[in-house]
Amino acid sequence: MAYSDKVLDHYENPRNVGVLDKDDPSVGTGMVGAPACGDVMRLQIKVGDDGRIEDAKFKTYGCGSAIASSSLVTEMVKGKTLEEVEAIKNRDISDELALPPVKIHCSVLAEDAIAAAIADLKSKQQAKAS
Amino acid sequence: MSSLNIPIYMDYSSTTPVDERVAKKMGECLTQQGYFGNPASRSHSFGWQAEELVEEARQHVAALLGADPREIIWTSGATESDNLAIKGAAHFNVKRGKHIVTVKTEHKAVLDTCRQLEREGFEVTYLDPMENGLVDHDQFRAALRDDTTVASVMHVNNEIGVIQDLKALGAICREKGVVFHVDAAQSPGKVAIDVEDMNVDLMSLCAHKAYGPKGIGALYVRRKPRIRLEAQMHGGGHERGFRSGTLPTHQIVGMGEAFRIAHEEMEAENERLSKLRDRLLDGIKDLEEIYINGDMEQRIPGNLNISFSYVEGESLIMSLKDIAVSSGSACTSASLEPSYVLRALGRADELASSSIRFTMGRYSTEEEVDYTVDLIKNAVSKLRELSPLWDMYKEGIDLDTVEWAHH
Repeated sequence: MAYSDKVLDHYENPRNVGVLDKDDPSVGTGMVGAPACGDVMRLQIKVGDDGRIEDAKFKTYGCGSAIASSSLVTEMVKGKTLEEVEAIKNRDISDELALPPVKIHCSVLAEDAIAAAIADLKSKQQAKAS
Repeated sequence: MSSLNIPIYMDYSSTTPVDERVAKKMGECLTQQGYFGNPASRSHSFGWQAEELVEEARQHVAALLGADPREIIWTSGATESDNLAIKGAAHFNVKRGKHIVTVKTEHKAVLDTCRQLEREGFEVTYLDPMENGLVDHDQFRAALRDDTTVASVMHVNNEIGVIQDLKALGAICREKGVVFHVDAAQSPGKVAIDVEDMNVDLMSLCAHKAYGPKGIGALYVRRKPRIRLEAQMHGGGHERGFRSGTLPTHQIVGMGEAFRIAHEEMEAENERLSKLRDRLLDGIKDLEEIYINGDMEQRIPGNLNISFSYVEGESLIMSLKDIAVSSGSACTSASLEPSYVLRALGRADELASSSIRFTMGRYSTEEEVDYTVDLIKNAVSKLRELSPLWDMYKEGIDLDTVEWAHH
């Protein structure tokens, strides 16, 4: 399997590895995938008072492309509003990383992780509002 | 002496480089100045010389098995030998019965041959090995029925390196009148073979895992009591009709020389490899949550198969790119599926772990092992640092109780 330079770069120097406080109401956590499928992604986003994402962290169990996809996503979401982040599609990720067809599912999983993190954040905000 | 060649080869069970001594002998059998004749040519010296070399090689192979040279049939490799042995014996004995016994951890060359026989109407029992990879003798005995004609058990497992007790299994087969076939592709030069003592009837061999060339192998076919086979390759009646096809002198000479050296140097080499293997294991044994697959006692010295929990296989291989290793067996590692051999051992933690097979050989050095140790430690620590599953393990969460979003 030949990896693109961008995948190798993210794999060897993953950005924003880490954990945010999942109980913080301004933090949304999305965990997707399953060990049996070979990849589990945990993406966390933290929104600032201006409604833009000020921090993002990830941890991923998976192949190089899965690690690179989630690392890239943390970079992509920072500074964006939730609406802008929701507009990110797996195609944006797979194109940027030049993923081969057999690895497209990694970018799909990353898109799912974004959706899951936003859903978690919104449910927290609703709980707070009610 | 500091001359590390990167990537470091740690995949000797996949194949081995041809020994220089072997390559030299092979080179003498190719050109006009060499022994290029057809060993089957009876009417001139070109043929006679080639035949002499082929017979000398046959003696070397026979000597390693404790067999008679007339019991050695040249083939293209262990896969062909497995096919010829199992299909040949099953078909020949079809009037006596249509039942075959083998083990789930066999090489695909045996398992797929058995699957083919099932399609032809044969019945096959696939035994589960014990957790250490070895076959339970009582279970094996119980599986042999009145209509069982062939039992096929590998000597050394290619993935986990465990050595089956052929003597015990062979005695059971002999007692029950079942033809005993052994895939010994991984054995030569690593573990002693004595087909008489072990009551082996058919044994598959190849050259390329013992520093000989690819594309050549042999099948041992017992003469007393005589084992009969139905030929799979028809033609000029070479190899006493068992396997037609012009004999490739250079390949055969290569296999003979490789086996001569393997036989001669086995003891010293095993001692050296045991030390290297222990050095590798000592180096990484402080890592948490690692498990050795397969029995450590009944095992060839150059093999170490380890599962690293909470680390995904492909990314582990990726960060170990400076060493050439296998994840599962070489034939299946492209498919990303967990190894069927490890699954057959009933490993519960298979799901979130990845296994690496390290196999060392004739050209492995202490320096290479030390480099490998550092690389593994760094890779596993890095990937665990990245792994949400490792975090969960550290928090005491049982992964089996988590509801995963399957996709």
